[in-house]
Formats: sequence, structure tokens, C-alpha cells
Amino acid sequence: MHPVLSTVLQRLGLGLATLLAVSIIIFISIELLPGDFGQIVLGQAATKETVAAFRLELGLDKPSYLRYFDWVVGVVQGDLGQSFSGRAASGQDRSREVAELIGPRLKNTLFLAGITALISVPLALLLGISTALYRNSIYDRSINATTLTTISFPEFFVAYILILFLSSLNQWLPSLANVDAATPLDERLLRVALPVLTLTLVIIAHMMRMTRAAIINLLASPYIQMAQLSGASRTEVIIKHALPNAWAPIATVIAFNLAYLVVGVVVVEVVFVYPGIGQLMVDAVTTRDIPVVQGCALIFAVTYILLNLIADIIGIITNPRLLHPK
Amino acid sequence: MWLIGFFIRPVVFVMNKSSERGNLLLDVKDLKIQGFSDEKWHDIIKGIDLRLHRGEIMGLIGESGAGKSTLGLAAMGYTQPGCRITGGNIYFDGVDLANLSDVQKRNFWGDRMTYVAQSAAASFNPAHRLILQTTASTIRSGAKSKDQAYSDAMDLYKELNLPDPQNIGDRYPHQVSGGQLQRVMTAMAMSPRPDLIVFDEPTTALDVTTQVEVLSAMRKIVEKFNTAAIYITHDLAVVAQMADYIKVLRYGKEVEEAPTREMLSSPKEEYTKSLWSVRSLEKAEQQKSESVLSLEGIDAAYGSAKVLFDVSIEVAKGTTVSVVGESGSGKSTTARVITGLLPQSAGSVTFDGEELPKVLKDRTKEQKRRIQMIYQMADTAMNPRQTVGEIIGRPLEFYLNMRGVDKRNRTLELLEMIELNGEFLQRLPSELSGGQKQRVCIARALAANPDFIICDEVTSALDQIVQEGILKLLLRLQKDLGLAYLFITHDISTVKAISDQVVVMNQGEVVEQGQKTDVFQPPHPAYTELLLSSVPDMDPDWLTNLNAARQ
Repeated sequence: MHPVLSTVLQRLGLGLATLLAVSIIIFISIELLPGDFGQIVLGQAATKETVAAFRLELGLDKPSYLRYFDWVVGVVQGDLGQSFSGRAASGQDRSREVAELIGPRLKNTLFLAGITALISVPLALLLGISTALYRNSIYDRSINATTLTTISFPEFFVAYILILFLSSLNQWLPSLANVDAATPLDERLLRVALPVLTLTLVIIAHMMRMTRAAIINLLASPYIQMAQLSGASRTEVIIKHALPNAWAPIATVIAFNLAYLVVGVVVVEVVFVYPGIGQLMVDAVTTRDIPVVQGCALIFAVTYILLNLIADIIGIITNPRLLHPK
Repeated sequence: MWLIGFFIRPVVFVMNKSSERGNLLLDVKDLKIQGFSDEKWHDIIKGIDLRLHRGEIMGLIGESGAGKSTLGLAAMGYTQPGCRITGGNIYFDGVDLANLSDVQKRNFWGDRMTYVAQSAAASFNPAHRLILQTTASTIRSGAKSKDQAYSDAMDLYKELNLPDPQNIGDRYPHQVSGGQLQRVMTAMAMSPRPDLIVFDEPTTALDVTTQVEVLSAMRKIVEKFNTAAIYITHDLAVVAQMADYIKVLRYGKEVEEAPTREMLSSPKEEYTKSLWSVRSLEKAEQQKSESVLSLEGIDAAYGSAKVLFDVSIEVAKGTTVSVVGESGSGKSTTARVITGLLPQSAGSVTFDGEELPKVLKDRTKEQKRRIQMIYQMADTAMNPRQTVGEIIGRPLEFYLNMRGVDKRNRTLELLEMIELNGEFLQRLPSELSGGQKQRVCIARALAANPDFIICDEVTSALDQIVQEGILKLLLRLQKDLGLAYLFITHDISTVKAISDQVVVMNQGEVVEQGQKTDVFQPPHPAYTELLLSSVPDMDPDWLTNLNAARQ
């Protein structure tokens, strides 16, 4: 088997093992949440009998390791379980599948993350490469200063400033990003414009600075001097000689930031009233809707593991020592 | 806007490459270069002239810091980052490179002048195939089409005796050996058929047997195309094989210049004479006496890769055993087994009559104290944040429980032994020269009062004159303190200088061992013969004769 393939399979296996470990941690942390789930879900007014019936219905009377196994077995079969809210004990069974709750929210989140990535990743690479090329120039310094400024402000602040200038003082873009399944694509794009802009400003600095640093780091290599002495221009040195060897660290940082776009944007969602998965999870934690919380946490873990796996693979296939073994 | 530059090809200067031998090609006049370090500018080249005619090879020699690499690069109009030309002219075929912009100079680089670097492994881009790198500048300049350049590169590979010349170019740098890579780099330098090639210590990183092949290949091809070259090295015997003229540099100034034979037979300056005499150091051989350390039937492996096969070596009290061999021969692995860093898979290590535990952590403090080690890179073997006093004081405290005044006095004594003094106590390693650093490492080893010291290539990173000083010091310490050394080296002249017994190793096995005079006396086993015959002599005809003899 080609060593790259075996490495990828090995990483994939490790990823699955990590996921299993994470599922245990998720389950245990939720167990540690204070209060009785039944009592909190049903509210102060619930009688002892209702709470007991509710616990029985949800299987909360079973020992936790059994509940964990039930959950994991379900997840493996593609069943994230039933939401706690609207269960039979509260009168009639109006509860919904967790997958059904998470599905549309996840789609929204991935849409927002995808559009942001499409804009910010190429932009960050372009800025990173060009600042490396013109390092220490006015251009380089001003780009660095600007991106550092935008990353230094908290994201809600960036969001409100953008709303003030682009939505309040000038009515160019909508400040509310409330979309639903029926919103057509062009309308959808217009509504997410401000959240996308906010997130781009927040994540671009990290990726751009890493690109710049990774390239500049390589410029001290003897093979760069060799390229210069064989007549390569500055641009050729950067693009052909430094960049191909810099992909691994750049990919790692990009993966990290993309994962953040999926799992860490609840503040931006709240500011723009965007129905993403972050808000869903926060709501579920407040109402102790445990299956939803677990489902969201698991999706976040998968996101991290998958993106890091991809970054690893990029690191491997751009390393000729691994791709073309002796 | 920066993208635009990527698509505009440089405008090629149209110049006729007249390759008539004898015309003046390079005329460097009163060149001055400064380098920036420690917050100020220092003179690196202090006014040097250099004239080179077409088809000639100029050898530049000198110790590190003499400015030979800086001068070699400056001959191409290139200065390293942090350096600047402050005066003088560099006329290349009538054009003063010192007054051109980088963009203008780029038209010469990779076309009319090329460069061969010291470490081919580091100087090839790991991301691209060899043939792409070999032909890049030739194709860029428009001198040849891609197909022409590729087939020419394959011819050059063949000319340079590379294996499988049709396909070796499809490989990546890490897929070929160091000696092959250095020849590919020579092909790369030759591909645009330049007027001038600068060779910057191209064989320094190679084993002697490989060095011979690379030198022969380089000389052959430079002669064939009648290319002028500057050959930079610190190895006199090597430069004697390559150059028509030799220029000796020191502290950024020229010491003297003369045709090679004249320079070798009758150097004029004192400094040049001292360079020439370094290789004459030779220890009077001692006979074997009572053994202090003996290895018996040692096998060792890194993981599943077995690297030592049935190695038996004996070191007698107060004598030096040199272990010679090329990289990969298992010399350093042997040292790791003795120190317990790599437990052997078979065999035993006996020290002063008792068998040593295989693993370092099972050995007693006393056992550890009596075996010390000195390393090749004195730089990395010392903590850069500790002063010399702390570095030497640490083993005194650890092994001998010395504190306070005792420790200080003993440290001063040790400093005197290595010909330094109390002024050095408060210095940091970064404030020492290469030779001084190695001396401090020796003092640190001595601080433990050892009976036996392993010296792992301790002089390889040093200039020849400094090497001589260190070797003399080690010999004196051996006489005064009755130390036994296991001296690991790949350099035959060092072996002659320091050893009583010699062990020749190849691919993890002992090929030959015995008293120094016996080992250097023919007949030799085949490998010893190859190794010894590959060590260059100061005779300019040595390489020619050797190649004739090997035919």
C-alpha cells in the first residue's frame, strides 16, 4: 500500500478513536450539569408524579453507562434521539427528532461558514503572499496593522460597528439575517452579507499572518538563495520555491479557522439573529434539552476532527518525502 | 499589482558568449564588503583584487571567517542578506556588477554565471523534481526549449557519471544520495553553459570516497566546456586538484596568490606556510598495554534496522584508538553503545575489568563519571545560557560534590589545563570562538576526572590551524593525565596525528584493526585501500594519477 494511503487510513482511525473519547467527555460533562433534568425541563409547577413519569419516559432512571451505550448505539445507526421538549409526560407527545431540529440549523451554519471561507481563505492567502513578497514595506505594515486591529476587537463590537455604518447610517445592507428554508439564494446572500463580513474580519488576520510567516521562514533556506542565484525573480522565488513548502502550516491554521466558523460563531448569530446551530445549542443547554446538546457537541467534534484530518492530509501530500518515498 | 511581475519575463540581455580562452572575464578591483551584526557594520572584505580569465580556475582558500564565500558570491554580484558592497568594482565581461540593480543582475545569474553550493541536500528545493531544477534557469532565459534543455540535462548527467541518466532527473532531491546530488547540482550549474561557475565548498560535506568521484566529474566537465570557475574550499589538497591559481585569504584580505604548483612548492608568506604544515602532526605510536575498555561481539540496532555487526574493539590505558569510516559506518553508534545511550542487542562492554550494564540508567554514578564524551558540535553541546564557569562547574558538583571555593579553584585549574584563564569564567558560549568552545567542552569532560573519553569528530567542524591546537591539547592531556581516548573521525590526517591503534569500520562492521603503522602499511583489505587512496594529497597530479590507476 502507498505510504500516504496508509498514513491517511491511520489518521482516519485515530480520528474515530478521538471521536469516541469526545463522546464520553460530552456525556460526562452533561451528567455534571447541575439540577434534575426532569424538574428543569418541566418547570417549577410540575408535580412529583409528573417528574417521575417524565424520568421514566426518558430512561433517566437507568444507570448512566447504559444511557451512554443507548446513545452511542443510536448515533452509530444514524439516530440522534428524540428531543426532551414536548414529551408525552407534559400532556401529549409533540417531541421532535433531534436530527430534524439540528438539520436546517446546521445547513444555515454551513452556508454562512462556506460563504465566509470562500471569501476569507483566498483573500488571506493573497494578502499573506503579497505581504511576504513586499515584507517590511508600507503595504506590508498597513495590512498587518489593519488585520491585527480587526482581530483585536471582540466580534460583537465589529458586528455592531458594521451595522452602524452599513445598515443604520447608510441603508446598504440588512442588519437582520433571519433566513428560513424558503428564502431564495440571492436574498439569502444579501442577508448574510454583514455576518460574513464580520467573520471575515475576525478570522483573516490569523490565516494571513501564518501564510506570511511560513513563507518568510523559508526564505532563509539555502535553496531560496540558490533560486535567487539562478536568476529567479522575487515573485518566482515566493510562488515557486517558498510556497510549495509552506502548505502544511498554512493548512493547519486554515482548518482551525474554518472549524471556528462552524462551532464558534454563536455571538455573531445572536447579533444578527441568524438561525444557526450555535444558538440552537445555547438554547438547548438552557432548557436542558440533553439529546440536542449532545447532538450539537458531537457535530462540533466531527467538524474539528475532519478539518484537522484534511489539514494533515494536505501536509502529507505536499511533502515530497512522504508522497515520493525513497 | 504584485501578480503582474510574475507574468512579465525578464528582458534578456543579448550578449555574445565568446568562449575564447584567455580573455579577461572577471576583474574585481579593490572590493570592500561589510556585514551587519551585533548592531553595527563590520568589514568582511577589506579591499581585494581578483582577476580571472576565460577557462581558468581560481582556488580561494582560507579559514572560516576569511571572507572566501563572501568574495565568491560577490564575484557574481551577489551579497547575502545583511551584507553590502561599500567600495570597488566587479567587472564581469566589461560590465560593473557592483553598480547594477538586482533585476539587472538577475539576467546574468543562472545564465552567464552559476553557483554550486556546499550542501546540495539543503540547496535543492525539496518540492520539485531534479530535472526541473536543473533546467529552470536555462529554460527561463530562453537559451533552450524545454525539450532541448531536458535532453541536454540528461547528457550532462551521463557526463557526470550519474546512474541512470535518463531517469534520475525525475527523482526528488531526497531520493538520491549526497554525492549524486552534488553532481546534479554541477549539471544544473553547467546547463546554461555559463561563462563562470562559483563552487562554494562543494565537497566538504561528502565522504572521502564520494569526494573523489565528485571532484573527478566536476573537473572533467569544467575542462570540457572550458568554463572559468572560482573554487572555494578550506582543504588545500582538494584545491590543488582543481585550481590553476590559488589565492589565500585571511581576515578579508589577500595573503598571497600564485599558480598552484608554485604555491604548493614554495609558499612565500608565513601564514600560508603554517596552513601547509598542519598536516604534518603525527603522534609517536604507543604499544598496547593493560586494557581499560573492551567491546566484545557487539550487535546493535535502531528499531528493526541493524547497524552494528559483531564489533569488538579494545582500548588500552593511556592510548588512543581511532575509529575511522564514512558516514553510516557505525562509528557514532559504537560510541552510543559504550555510553549506554543505545543498549546493544548482543555482546558486552567491559570497563576496567567489570561489565557495564547495557542501559545508562542502570549504571552507577561512578561508572558514568569515568567515561566522558566530547562532541562534534561544541555549539549545540553547551547550554547557551550558562556561563563557562557553570558549564565546567556542573560535573564538579554532580560527580565530585565540590562546592564554593573548592569548585571555583578547580574550575580555574581546568581552564588553565585547556590554555584558557579565569577571564573566561563569566563568558557565555556565544562569546567564544569555535576552538575555545571545543576547549571548554574538553574541560567539562575533564572535570569529572575520567579515565576514558570518547571524542566524536571533535575537530571536524574546526579550521585546520585550530584543529591542530585541539589535537595537541588532547595529546598533552593524555600524557599528563594518562587518559584513554576513543577517537571517532573520518579524517585520515587526524588519525595519523592522534592515534596509537586504528579501527576501520564500514557498514557496521570492523574491516581492519591494529597498530597505526600496521594499518597504514600495505597490503590493505579492499575497503581500507579505497579509503586511504581517496584521501587527497597535496600533489596537483594526485587526482589524475589516481583516476589513471583506477581505470
